[in-house]
Amino acid sequence: MIDQIVIKALLIGAFVVIALILLRPGGSARTQAIRTITLLALLAAAVCAVLFPGVVNDLAQAVGVGRGTDLLLYAFIVVFIANALTAVRKRRAQDAQITKLARQIALRSAEHPDERV
Amino acid sequence: MVSSQTNADTWLIIPLFNEATVVQAVIEEARVTFPNIVCVDDGSSDDSVAEALAGGAVVLRHPINLGQGAALQTGIEFARMQPGAEYFVTFDSDGQHRVEDALAMVERLRAEPYDVIVGSRFLDGRTKAGALKRFVLRLAVLFERLSTGVRLTDAHNGLRAFNKRSAMAFDIQQNRMAHASEIVAQIGQHHLRYAEQPVHILYTDYSRSKGQSLWNSVNILSELFIK
Repeated sequence: MIDQIVIKALLIGAFVVIALILLRPGGSARTQAIRTITLLALLAAAVCAVLFPGVVNDLAQAVGVGRGTDLLLYAFIVVFIANALTAVRKRRAQDAQITKLARQIALRSAEHPDERV
Repeated sequence: MVSSQTNADTWLIIPLFNEATVVQAVIEEARVTFPNIVCVDDGSSDDSVAEALAGGAVVLRHPINLGQGAALQTGIEFARMQPGAEYFVTFDSDGQHRVEDALAMVERLRAEPYDVIVGSRFLDGRTKAGALKRFVLRLAVLFERLSTGVRLTDAHNGLRAFNKRSAMAFDIQQNRMAHASEIVAQIGQHHLRYAEQPVHILYTDYSRSKGQSLWNSVNILSELFIK
């Protein structure tokens, strides 16, 4: 069990970082920049993994995971959860905007009963 | 004062969603006591808007369905900018609230130093709800006490009366079911002076047939916590 402590620490660390990012008020220049950098790093890592499959295996063994595929799966789960949560957050922000828009439309076009009679 | 007798300074705010069969009668009955009624149609697909206009209410239309909380906020924003508006009542479109309860609550606002009067089904034994529903509502009350510090006996009563100070303070962001808890939270945040009024909810066959499913309590919690 002790040999897996590294990957456990890494995964938990990743989740904590995601949680912290989510708790910060979004949309700031820094959050956006971090998101872009992370995405680029992921793409670079993907290219490396394709070119040198052995590296993934070595890396997996270095952090205490048996096979490179397992490490990729873990990384995938981390990215997937982060993506799902940011999508929810974006949708909520969008909903709030749509609500404001619809409310303004409703308030501008009040219908009075007398006009109909 | 003339205004206090005719309630010309009071606006009834009624969220409306597919209630064409009952809404006209509900509005006509309420208008005997409260001449100013604004219905916020939340994208009904039936004749609700025409029925509400026929009943004599001002109608605002959400172009799309947003939820009851959003409709309440739209109604509040409309009513609070009407000249002479001092008191506001949130009222249900399906006839489960009684006009005399609403009137008693507005009278209390006039006479006593409160900003909000919230209806409660559990201050006396008149309202008959099922055991499971009572249990879930009790849990909701406990949850609200712990999270907002506001002590109410009925967490999700839709009948509320409030003054202009409250109307200016309320800013409901929870579009759907969680708005009731949000209103309670805002009462706490803005230090509004609140009191409860025993009210009777008419659980008619009609309201039961469409009523709030207990499953909604799960939805409410998720709406509150997953921001």
